[in-house]
Parts: sequence; C-alpha cells; structure tokens
Amino acid sequence: MKNIRLPKLSFWRGVLVVILILGLYSTFRRFVFGLGDATNMSDTFPWGIWIGFDVISGVGLGAGGFVITAIVYIFNLERYRPIVKPAILTAFFGYALVIVGLLFDLGQPHRIWHLLIYWNHHSVLFEVGWCVMIYTSVLALEVSGNFFEKMRWAKLVKIQHAAIIPLVILGIILSTMHQSSLGSLFLIFPDKVHPLWYTPLLPLFFYISCIAVGLAMVIFESFLSSRAFKRQLEFDILVRLSRILAFVLAFLFLFKIEDLIRQGAFMNMFEGSYESWLFLAEILLGVLLPSILLFIPKIRNNPTGMFTAVCFAVFGFFFGRLNVTITSMEKVNQATYFPAWTEWMITVFLVAIGFTAFALAVKYLPIFPKEGSKEAVSGISE
Amino acid sequence: MKGLLIDITLCIGCGACVEACKEQNNLPEKVDPVLTANTWATLETHEKPDGEEVYVRRLCMHCEDPACASVCPVAAFKKTETGAVIYDIKRCIGCRYCMVACPFSVPKYQWDKAFPFVQKCILCYDQIKDGEQTACAKACPTEATLFGEREDLLRIAKDRIRKNPDNYVPYIYGEHEVGGTSVMFLSNVPFEELGFRMDLTKKPLPSTTWGVMSLVPNIISLGGLALFGTYWVVNRRIKLAKEKVELEENETEE
Repeated sequence: MKNIRLPKLSFWRGVLVVILILGLYSTFRRFVFGLGDATNMSDTFPWGIWIGFDVISGVGLGAGGFVITAIVYIFNLERYRPIVKPAILTAFFGYALVIVGLLFDLGQPHRIWHLLIYWNHHSVLFEVGWCVMIYTSVLALEVSGNFFEKMRWAKLVKIQHAAIIPLVILGIILSTMHQSSLGSLFLIFPDKVHPLWYTPLLPLFFYISCIAVGLAMVIFESFLSSRAFKRQLEFDILVRLSRILAFVLAFLFLFKIEDLIRQGAFMNMFEGSYESWLFLAEILLGVLLPSILLFIPKIRNNPTGMFTAVCFAVFGFFFGRLNVTITSMEKVNQATYFPAWTEWMITVFLVAIGFTAFALAVKYLPIFPKEGSKEAVSGISE
Repeated sequence: MKGLLIDITLCIGCGACVEACKEQNNLPEKVDPVLTANTWATLETHEKPDGEEVYVRRLCMHCEDPACASVCPVAAFKKTETGAVIYDIKRCIGCRYCMVACPFSVPKYQWDKAFPFVQKCILCYDQIKDGEQTACAKACPTEATLFGEREDLLRIAKDRIRKNPDNYVPYIYGEHEVGGTSVMFLSNVPFEELGFRMDLTKKPLPSTTWGVMSLVPNIISLGGLALFGTYWVVNRRIKLAKEKVELEENETEE
C-alpha cells in the first residue's frame, strides 16, 4: 500500500469536515424525502433562503467581477489591476455555487437545460437564466487565463488575452441585465410585496446595490485572503475603492428615500410593524451607517475601521435581499417562514465549498501577484 | 373563450363539484380544506352575521392574461383559445415562480415528493376542447356553477344583478381583476368578507414586467456600443498622450 499522508487536522479543517457531513446529510434529505421534508417552504411560502440567499444574494456577491473589470479594462484605471484576478475568481465561484444551489431548489433539477429549448421571452426568469448561463461561461473564459499561464500554454494565453476586451464588455452587459432583472422578478406581484419594498424601480435598486456589494466584497475578500495567505494588503487601492463605495451607498440611500416619498410609502417606515423595523435595520445599519463611516477619512484609512464598515455594507446587502424575497411577502401570504436547519445547512455547505475552492485556486494558480515582482504592476493582459 | 360563472347565492354546499373534479382528474379522494397539489378545487364554508352558511368555491381563476404563463421560464403554462390556462408537465423545471407570481396563489406543489411538480385546475381542458362542459359545471345540481362563453356569462351575471338588486352585491368578481378572469363570481355577501382580494390591480400583471423586458435589446446594443466607445476613447487618449510625450522628446533631441 502507498503511504498516504493525512492533512493536519486544524480547528478550521475540523469545522469544515462537520459542515461537509451535515451538508451531505441534508442533501440526502432533500433528494430522498423531498423539499417538504428538508425545508420549511410550503404552498403559502414557496421561495425560501435557497432562492433568497443562495441565488438572489449569491449572484449579487459576484458583482465585484464585472465592476472591477469595467474599472480596469474599460476606464483603464491601471492602479486597480492587482485586484482584477481575485475579483473575477470570486465571481466565477460565486456563480458556480448559485447554479449548484439552484439544483437543490428546483423540483426537476435534471431539467435545468430545458431553458435552452423551451423559450419564453416574456419571463424575467428566462432572461436571468440565460444571462447567468452565458456569464458563467464568460467568467470561466476570463479565469482560464490563470490556468493557461500555470500550464505554460503560451498560445492559449495569447488567444485569451486577445479576447479579453470583448469578454469584459459582454460580461458587463450580461451582468447589468441579470443583476437588475433579479429585481424585476418581483415586479409582477405588486399586490404581494410590502409597499416599503415594491417600486417599479426595483431593478434599478438591485443594480445599484449589487455594485455596492461588489465593491464591498472585493475589499472584504482582500482582507480575508491577506490574512489567510499572509500577503501584504493592497491597502491604498482598497482605500480608493472604499471611497467609491461610500458614494454608491450614499446615492443608494438618498435614491431609496426619494423613491419611498414618490411611491407614497415614506410613512410606512414609522408604522412600527415587523416590516418597518426590518426595513429600518436594512437601510440605516446596512446602507447609511457604512456610507458615513467610509466618508470619514480617519475610519477609512484605518484597516479595522474600513473592514468594519465594509462588513456592515455586506450585511446590509444580505438583509436587503432577504427582506425583498422573504420579509416583504410574509404579510400577504399570512405566513411566517423561518428556514429549517437542513435548509441552513445546505447554504453553509455551499459557502464552505466556495471558500475551499477559492483557497485551493489561490494556492495553485497565479491569482495574486508575487510581491515585488513585475507582475504586481502589469496584471493579466498586455 | 369559455369560462365559469359561480353564483354563490345558488350554492347549497353539496360538494358534488369537488367530487367530480377529483374523479375527472384522477386525484386522491381526500378533499383538503384549501387548494393543494391533490385538491384542485375545494369548497369553503363561511358564516354570515345572521348565522347562515355561505359556500365559496376555490379554483384556478384562469386569468385572461395570466401571470403564471408570463413568468414561467420554460413556458409550461399557456392560456389556450378555450379560455383554460393549462400546464405542460413535460416542460416544468419546478422553479415555483408561478406559485409566487399568481395573484390568487393557485398553483400548488407536491412538497412530499423528491422531484415535485406544480398542480392546478386546468378547466377540464381536454373535455371543453371537444365541446363538453367542465366536470364541476356538469355535476352542479343547482346551476351555481355555470359553464359557457365568457361574454354570455358576463351578460347573465349583469342580468341577475339588475333583476335582483337586493339579492346581490353589485359586483362581478373576475370581470376586471388583473385584467379579467375566465372564472367569475356573484355573491350576496361583500366579497372581501369571503376572503376575496378586492385590492388587486385591474391591469394585466404581465404588463408590469414587459416594460422592463422590452428594454433588453436596447441594453445589449446601446450598452455594447457605449462600453466599446468608452474603451476606445480612453485608450486612444492614453496612446496619443504617450505619442505626444515621445514626439516632444524627439524634438528636444533634434
């Protein structure tokens, strides 16, 4: 027998193993006993956290990919180039996980390809499905350069570099379409969504907030990976990004307030209901607070301060998406929904797989520039 | 376009319609009190303030412009020329967008199955296509459920209200709700007291998303153009700036 060397069992590896086991058990429950057994979804509440968190929030988290590629490739702001690769990689894993998450939620997951042959161009979900499919492929092509470099396939590297601008443009268009369309999903039931969230501008709000969380996630993940891989932090870049983030969040806040007034729902904020409290938490703690924090130079220029503010922004994004998909519809459906533990477990399971895959990719592929090397300034192409 | 007119004042609550529905669609005999994957039509009992019982049928409303058909990514739902909104089980991927989107929360799911489908009343499509009535209308002993052309049913409903204004609330539920439905109700008790939503929009729901969806071709073409334009302009300016610097350097050398 070959001598197999077991990996060292650290605390986090132990946690990972527990998550994997419980995740597999939950997967078993879902695919053997059904959705009713593994989830708290019901006829009165047909969409739960697998849609609200794994899919609708998950896609938003991947927005960093298109935001950063737009900044670097289209507007040619070279100083942001070192974060292009990690941003694209995060987006790619994010989207891959969204698709896997969807397979748990769909009643007929083996028919996901039906989107290709049965068309309904009136359906927002049809558009989202197609965009996600194509965009995941675009991301794969954008990521492929790293793999080609690693394998030293010079010819493929060259082709990939030549194709990068059309790929980036396609990626931005597809992202603009489906990120906003996730908001359009809710337009067709004006009589079901709580007035604090229903607005014909929902697609626009989804778009602006995905740009915010895209930037926030890039910063968040730079912090985490600098710690995990003991790299130096590209701190000056992050300070600049966080200033953009502060503006986007401020705009989002003001625009939302203006829209509430226009929709005649402004006073609903103070009605003291369950919905109004959750809305205030979302908009004040998740949007206004991080914006203010990041506008203060002293906080922005301090790693801990910036990280805290960015965590609030990411939290606010999740809160907002879950508010739209779950909170906003509880009243009308006369139902309360709280996910079953197996439902949570699948979500945690998928996130854990994502983190692991990211860590492995960083370890084996040239994602982060080597410190002090020429690559640190030049990045992927040209 | 066919439809049903359900006159709540005539219903005696016998449940023959529910039984007939079960039999017609080969569904398990047990009748659920609310709509489920196995009960496509059911009978609710409400009590009037004077203690008298009122029976309300629940079934798919068969919207003129149905939200379920508009949202389904694989076009599993279709409004047919008969008026029935039918479901193609062969296409369905089980995303449940129809269930979320339906203003009447009609489509139901097989939650106990590992690979569930959506289920709902299909207005006995196979029968009405061949000129027959729906099973429920055929079974009704008091003509509380009437099958016919939607226009005729509307005329009958208006006639009944006009001739017996004391016996009806002056409203035909389904005439204008979400742009009109093929199943309509008459009642002597205000509809909101019977669990009908009176706050629904009168506009067809698919129009709420079509405004956005129809922008897609513009986003692709104009967006692509704008992005490529920006890229080209920005890069050209950078290039020119570099050339200028080089040129100036050359000149100073000369």
